[in-house]
Amino acid sequence: MLSGTFFIFSSALGINRFPDVFTRLHAATKAPTLGIMSILLATFLFLYGSHQIVSGKLLLAILFIFLSSPVSGHMLSRAAHKANVKPYLRHREDEYETYMRTKNKKQAK
Amino acid sequence: MIDVLHVVEHILYITTLICITGIALSLILLIYRVLVGPSNPDRATALDVIGVCLMATAALTSILLATTKLNDVILLIGILSFIGTLALAKYLEMGVIIDRDSD
Repeated sequence: MLSGTFFIFSSALGINRFPDVFTRLHAATKAPTLGIMSILLATFLFLYGSHQIVSGKLLLAILFIFLSSPVSGHMLSRAAHKANVKPYLRHREDEYETYMRTKNKKQAK
Repeated sequence: MIDVLHVVEHILYITTLICITGIALSLILLIYRVLVGPSNPDRATALDVIGVCLMATAALTSILLATTKLNDVILLIGILSFIGTLALAKYLEMGVIIDRDSD
């Protein structure tokens, strides 16, 4: 439970510190997934230990978070790229931009 | 034996309170990001993480109250925040909901 809170808090700090949408998405997709999974696992173990209840809904919630968080991160990064937010690039080129440009050229031909 | 159980319950209570405080602090930081955020995808990202924080608060509340009635709430918040994030992303992209050309 403490580790889950630590991960969620560190991700909130990261969201406030990072300079750009894409680095912020890096903070916003992975760390809260681990945090919420550990907190829900703590709840499951607490209910099992104190009341002998095996709660399948909590396991379902863990599975759903594990599946849905990367999907939403991917959709948000696509949306941010198509909304013309410039990435924070220091020493690399924007590979997705060049890929889309070549693909559009092929379609134009 | 009863003393040990009592001490364990006390430790669990204090830990739950610490966790609720940490999640409240992170919610304050996330609301700052939603209000200030330089662009709209930032706000959408922060709203996604706010949904995760709401799930965490519901789980911690169910530990505090020792009930199983909040499990439905946790699952429902997860599903709704996922659908909301997808809708926001598609709105920011100005695209159709289901597109064939997916890359």
